Formats: sequence, C-alpha cells, structure tokens
Amino acid sequence: MTLELRGITKRFGSLVANDGIDLEVRPGEIHCLLGENGAGKSTLMNVLYGLYQPDAGQILMDGRPLTINGPRDAIAAGIGMVHQHFMLIPVFTVAENVMLGDERTGPPRWARSLGPLARLGWSGPVGWLDRRRARRDVAEISSRYGLQVDPDALVADLPVGVQQRVEIIKALIRDARVLILDEPTAVLTPQETEELFSVMRSLRASGRSIVFITHKLKEVKAVADRITVIRRGAVVGTAGPEASERELAGLMVGRDVRLTVDKAPPAVPEDAEPAFQVRDLTVLDESGQPVVDGVSFDIRAGEILGIAGVQGNGQTELTEAILGLRPAAGGSIRLDGRELTGRSPRQVLRAGVGYIPEDRGHDALVADSSVAENLVLDLFDRPPFGRRGSMDVRAVRANAAHRVEEFDIRTSSIDAPVGTLSGGNQQKVVVAREMSRPLRLLVASQPTRGVDVGAMEFIHRRIVAERDQGRPVLIVSTELDEIFALADRIAVMYRGKIMAIVPPETSREDIGCLMAGTSPDAAGPPEGAADSQKDAAAKDGDADE
Amino acid sequence: MSEQTAPSEADQTVRQTPEKERTPQSGRLRRLAAHVAAGPPWVVTVLAIALALLVGAVLIIVSDSEVTTAFGYFFARPSDALTASWTAVSTAYGALLKGAIFNPGNAGSATAALTPISETLTEATPLIFGGLAVGLAFRAGLFNIGGQGQLIIGAIATTWVGFTLDAPAVIALPAAVLAGIAGGALYGGLAGWLKAGPGAHEVIVTIMLNYVAYLLLGYLISSEVFRDPDNPQPVSKPVAEAARLPHLLGDSLRVNAGLLLAIAAVVFTWWLLNRSTLGFQLRTVGANPHAARTAGMSVGYGQIMAMVISGGLMGLVGVSQVLGTANAHNALTQQIDAGLGFTAITVALLGRASPLGTVAAALLFGALQAGGREMQAAAGVSIEIVTVIQALIVLFVAAPPLVRGLFRLRGDGGAGTGLLAKGWNG
Repeated sequence: MTLELRGITKRFGSLVANDGIDLEVRPGEIHCLLGENGAGKSTLMNVLYGLYQPDAGQILMDGRPLTINGPRDAIAAGIGMVHQHFMLIPVFTVAENVMLGDERTGPPRWARSLGPLARLGWSGPVGWLDRRRARRDVAEISSRYGLQVDPDALVADLPVGVQQRVEIIKALIRDARVLILDEPTAVLTPQETEELFSVMRSLRASGRSIVFITHKLKEVKAVADRITVIRRGAVVGTAGPEASERELAGLMVGRDVRLTVDKAPPAVPEDAEPAFQVRDLTVLDESGQPVVDGVSFDIRAGEILGIAGVQGNGQTELTEAILGLRPAAGGSIRLDGRELTGRSPRQVLRAGVGYIPEDRGHDALVADSSVAENLVLDLFDRPPFGRRGSMDVRAVRANAAHRVEEFDIRTSSIDAPVGTLSGGNQQKVVVAREMSRPLRLLVASQPTRGVDVGAMEFIHRRIVAERDQGRPVLIVSTELDEIFALADRIAVMYRGKIMAIVPPETSREDIGCLMAGTSPDAAGPPEGAADSQKDAAAKDGDADE
Repeated sequence: MSEQTAPSEADQTVRQTPEKERTPQSGRLRRLAAHVAAGPPWVVTVLAIALALLVGAVLIIVSDSEVTTAFGYFFARPSDALTASWTAVSTAYGALLKGAIFNPGNAGSATAALTPISETLTEATPLIFGGLAVGLAFRAGLFNIGGQGQLIIGAIATTWVGFTLDAPAVIALPAAVLAGIAGGALYGGLAGWLKAGPGAHEVIVTIMLNYVAYLLLGYLISSEVFRDPDNPQPVSKPVAEAARLPHLLGDSLRVNAGLLLAIAAVVFTWWLLNRSTLGFQLRTVGANPHAARTAGMSVGYGQIMAMVISGGLMGLVGVSQVLGTANAHNALTQQIDAGLGFTAITVALLGRASPLGTVAAALLFGALQAGGREMQAAAGVSIEIVTVIQALIVLFVAAPPLVRGLFRLRGDGGAGTGLLAKGWNG
C-alpha cells in the first residue's frame, strides 16, 4: 500500500514545525527522512502516527483520505512506530510487552481439556491472559524476520539493541504495513546498526515499507531506496541513494545566507598563550560508556571557539564537566593556569566562569520566582545582595532594574515570575545574570535556542562584546548558522570526540560531513586537528606550574 | 505569592506573542483580568470553606433524630422538616461561633467573655508551629510527614529538661524551650540527611521515624528516669513550675505564652523565607533543584537545613503541648502528640505554605476545635462533625478543579495540588 502525505503543516504557536510537507512512501521501499535536529522530522512522523493533529494537509492511503485521531487509528491503518525513546515496561517480559495494549485472552491450559470449561469466554473486564499465544506469536515473528529475542526475558535485562527489536516486533504483531523508525540508530553500536539494517531489508522483502528517520549520511547511503531531505520544516529535496554524501550534507544544512554579526577578526596573535585549556577530558555516562572521549582544545583570550555537532554527541556532557556539574573521569580543565577539574559548580562559577546552559527552563531559571530573584541566583549570598545571612531586597531590586534596562529585558515588572516572559526575554535574563559577574571565561550552550531574531542578535552582540574585552568564549550550538556567525575557530564533535578543529572559512558541506562522522575529501581538517594536538602537547609542559 | 506562581492560560499565550505587542501595561491589564476571571486561589479557599460548612450542615440534619422524624412526614407538613432542619443547623453553628469567638449570653465578666477567644488561640498555637514547619518544608520541595515523630522527640527533650533542671523561670523556661527545638531539629535533620546523603525518600523515612519516636516515648514514660512514681498511669514526672509557659490573661483563661512564641515563629519564618539568603536557597532548591545546582547552590545542604528548621518548629509543637496548658499534668503521656503532626499538614495546605496563610488556617482550625466542644455541649452535635468539616475543607482546597467546576470559575491550574505533588515528587 502507498502512503501519501500532502501539504502537512503543523504550527506550535508562532513556530512552524512543518510547512506544507509532501511525502510519498511506496510499498516495499525504505524511505529515508533526512534532516538536522529540529528540522521537523519527528513532528511530521508524530502527525502521521496521530500524536499531533496537523493544522493543514491530508494523509492518504492508497489514494483514500485517512483520518488519524490517535495512535489507535494509526495502528488500525497499518502504521507502526518505533520511537526514539522506547515505550517498553522494563519489569515486564518481552511477550508481555508485545501484547500490551492488545491483550489476548483465552482459556488456561488446565481448562482446555475440560470441554465446558474451555468454552467459557475467559475474557471480559478481567480476562485470563493467554501468555502461551503471546509467546508463540513473538517467536514466530522473530524467526520470520530474523529478530532474535527470547520472549520470556525481562526487558530490563536486555541490551538496547534487543529492546529495539522488541519494539519492532510489537509493531509487526499488529501487522504494520508501514513502519516508522525514529532515529533508530542513535542508541545502537555499529554492529547492532548492521543487524538492524538486515532486519529492515528482510521487512522490505516482505513488501512492507519503512520510513527511516536519521541525520547520519552513511546510514542513508547504506540502506535507503529513496531520500527526502527536510530543513526548517520544509522539504528541500529528494534524492536516490546514488547521491553523494557531500550533496546530501549540502541539502541538509543548507546554503542560507549566513547570519551576520558585526565582528572584527580576533585581536589575539595566533601564538598567544591559551587562557583556557581542556586536555584529554573524558566523561562517562551512567552505564560507564564514554560520552566525552579524550577531548582536547585550547581557547585564547579574546577568541571564540564554536563547537558544532548534532545534538547528543557529547556537547552537553562536555559543558557540564567544565562547570563541575558532572564528574570528569579523566583529563584536565585549566583556566588561566588554575586547575578546574574536580571543583564544585560554585567554585567554578566563583573562578570567573559564566555559564549559559542549553536548557534555560531546566537548568538556568526558576520559573515561579521573580525576574529580580532570578537575576541574583548566583550571587544572592554575596554583598550587596546578601550580608550575614540576610538579603537586601532593595539591592536585589535595584540590580534588577539596572539589568532590565541594560539588557533590554521586556517584562511587565521586575517582580513578574520569569516563567511569564517570552523565550527571548527569559534568555536575556540568563545572559544578563551570567555577564554581570567579572568573567574570565564564558561558556554558552545553545545561547539562542527558541529565541526570536531580535533577541538573537542582541545576545550574539553581547557574546562578541565579551570576546572583544579579551575573554575566552566557548560556544556550543547545533545551529551551524550560529557557529558561523560567532566562532573564530570551529571544533566539530561527533560521538564524544572532536573530529577536527577548522577555521571559520570552511564550507558548510565539509562541516556537515564532519558532523555526520565522515571526513570531507578535500578539506584538511585532520591536519588542523593534528596541529592543535601538537600545540597542546607542546604547551602542556609549560602549564604544569 | 501563590496567585502569581500559577501561570494562567492568558500568560501562556502572552509568552508566545512577539515582543513588540507586549507592552508592560497591556500585559498587566490582561493578567489582572485573567486573574479575576480565573478564580484565584483565595477565592477557591473561601468557597471550599463554605462548601465544607454546607456539607457539614447536611450531616447535622441527617444525624439529628428530631429532624429525621420531621422528614418522615415531609409530604404532609414540609414546613416542619424545613424548620427543624434550620433550627438544628443554626443551633449547631451558632454554638460553634459562641464557643470559638464570643458568647453574648456569657458576657457578664471579662473572663467569661474572653473564654472563647482564649480557647481558639490556645488550640491554634500548636497548629501555627506545625503549619509553619510543614509549609517551610514544602517550600524547599520536601514533604515532611514526620511531624509526629519530631514533635514527640521535642516533647521528650523539653520534658526531661523541664523536670531535671532546678532553676528560676528565667533560666528553666528558655532552657526547656530550646531543648524542645533542638530535639525536633535533630530528628528532622536526620530525615533531611538521609534524603540529601543516601537519597532515601523523606516521606518513607519520616513515616518510619514516627514509629520510632512513638515507641521510644512509650518506653521512656515507663522507664525509671521519666516515670512519675506517684501516678498509676504511665505518665512522666511533671515539669517544674518554673519551666511552664505562663498564662497570659489570668489563671482561668488557658491562653499562654506559647502564643507569643508562635507569633515570634511566624515572624522568623516569614523573614527566613523572604529576607534571608538561606530562605532564598531553600525556595530555589524547592522550585528548581537543577537551576539551584547550576547556580552553584548545594541542593543537599538546602534539604538538610529545611528539615532541621522544619523539625525545630515541630519541636515547638511538643514544647507547647508539654509546657503549655493543653494537658493538665504538664507531663509526657502516650497521647501527647494529639495527632498534631498530621493536622499540621492540612493547616499548611490550607495556608498554601505561606507563613501568614498558615496563621489564618491555624486560627480557623483552632476556632473549629474550640467551637466544636461548645457545639457538642450546647447543641448536642458530635464534635466529630468538626473533624469532618476540617477534612472537607482540605479536600476541596486540594481539588481546585472540583470547586471551580461547581462554581463555574475558569481554572488556572490549581496551586494547591501543585504544592502537594511537588512535595511528594521532590
């Protein structure tokens, strides 16, 4: 069956997540949806799965319009979805998870041979679960498509790759003709990815269609029959698997006019001493896997280093480790020759680090507290705000009035809860707070995420102003436009490692390739990276007091 | 505070409108309009009290045998049933008012006229301490269910100092009070430390610590050190005369210096929450621990301090129970807690965890308690009705959508339930 999306538009407030998207999925094809994070891929698939209602557009199946009001309708229409974050219950077995939401009932084994008892329904509001059948169904599906899994294993005990298979079996057991896989490889090892691909191919062979959502070019090339590229909520092109990675990277990151920020070249000599040094920094996640893997870089005073990369490649953990919010498993972090590794967040902040976290609502602001209070979250116990355990409300308010003026924060009052401000103004509160301490280093993660253009320009100008006052600045952004607008050098992160550190003149395509984990053919970033490593090695000796 | 903490729907849309359209003035007007239409929390609270009294009235009618008899021939003479109902309810609630505030029939002497108020204030005193304690923990994102345990430990400490220390009142009284505070604070701090360090959930820990304290109390009042040899019941030795909280208005009125302590505690808690650096830290930790940590605060320190202070205030409940006029012996008994640790939770909820709100809630509950006795004596209505009314008030306050639905108010999310949920999930 052919699934067709026509003119799908989905808005969230003023943000257009999907803008008139057309997409056709033919029977027996692996259709790849390629795009950067935030391009609107997941939104589109959530519309298809009935989790969101589109503001405009139609979904057609074999030419007939389809109304999907929720996942139930989608499943009934033969659409199955494997979410990026699995929807499994860890304490249930595989078979129990698979039958969840579609529980089969039937007479228990001991009743089966007892004629009249077996004829009882064994169903109703409290039915007798037919586990045997659930196990049998799982075994059958798993052998048919090569999805190796033990129906009696507890999901909690299974590795992530096998859990994903359970999700796929769950969709297949409900006879999904179109299977949506949302970033399925994000959590897989290379071997598991290969296994997933062979499962996808055997599903294709059985006439099912697969929508494969990803931002990894290599995988697209390996498995896709057709490719649709989405950028900023709109389809920007379609291609076959023969398209080169370079072409795809170009389509994916776009060739938009670069956002410009008035910015002089950095006023520091190339060979200046680095003010901020990170050496072989390693950070482990909860399961002990390295998420930041031997990262080294230097930032000179008066220079902006931009870290580009797709979300989830270790950038968050890198900034949190610098701030002392996450323990470093190895390596060192030095600011002006002072060791920051192993310090508490408070000590790091007091050492002169300004920090704009990537998720302001989660990590930077207290939504219910006033603008004035949020502006002193870091210095509340220091004069003039706090003296001998008592807070000077007048000083807090005077500070707020001053910052609101200076940073053009638009709020009804300094006493308004910060949660009632627009995203851009909330971010200005964070920026105002972090930039009102004497800084020796500024770390800004996604400094303009979810911020309107006016506030974006303002925040960019302030960041450049910090640089011009001779401070080292570290910017982490998944928006290449932002990286190009601000950075004096660009480091590209992929799977916890810095792929290369390149000059800002590097082309978007080359950076796109690096972000996807491949080295661009022509560009010379590997040398650049090697150079900076060499520099680092040379300077290491001096830095050790 | 709570009016502002719950962003209304109008604010949600404001958040997404472009900068230019949002001049400060239009924002303020719109918020004011939305605020009035939304049925802010105080409106919900007043309506909840009214609803609870209404349901209480129904119960009074149902439980009165004369009225039910009149309803038996309702269709023959409906006026009888209605008159009897009115009489029953008005007599009961009239007695409630007389017992709680002022009894015109007893206005002969100043003492008699002041008795109801004195009773209300006496009942309200421990509830003020307890409500402040639970409310403070709420603000720090913690749900202190351990009031029972903390007040018992406080009571034990204060009693021990009270009957051991042989000193003039200037020394004995402050020493006993401080001992009570210290006992509660240590016991609360233990729960806080278990939360901040090993990460044991404070709800589970404080419930278990309640049992420990209760059984320790039972052991101590039968032990050689505490037990009063002259008393056949397991009751501790009474505290020395010098360590007792003096009566404020003569010996025949029960209101005592505990009330002054309560006022001091309200002022202290208000200052702590709104004007101190520690309070700022506690509120931030409670509202967004991630932001607190990112801004360099220690979440664990905040949690321990919150439980220490909360426990100290609970210790004052024990102090007022033992040193005050609540029990005639001024000694420890197995029932010394009087369930105040749990009532305190409802007081804090009703007062929305703010110090002044807590005072209002404690006065209301104190008045209901004092009036309930008069209601039982004068109108023959069981004092249990008062407990039902208290429970209903809290139930309605905790379920703002229910009250808003009944009175067709536009909802704004309901700060009351959010408060409770935060405490549990914190």
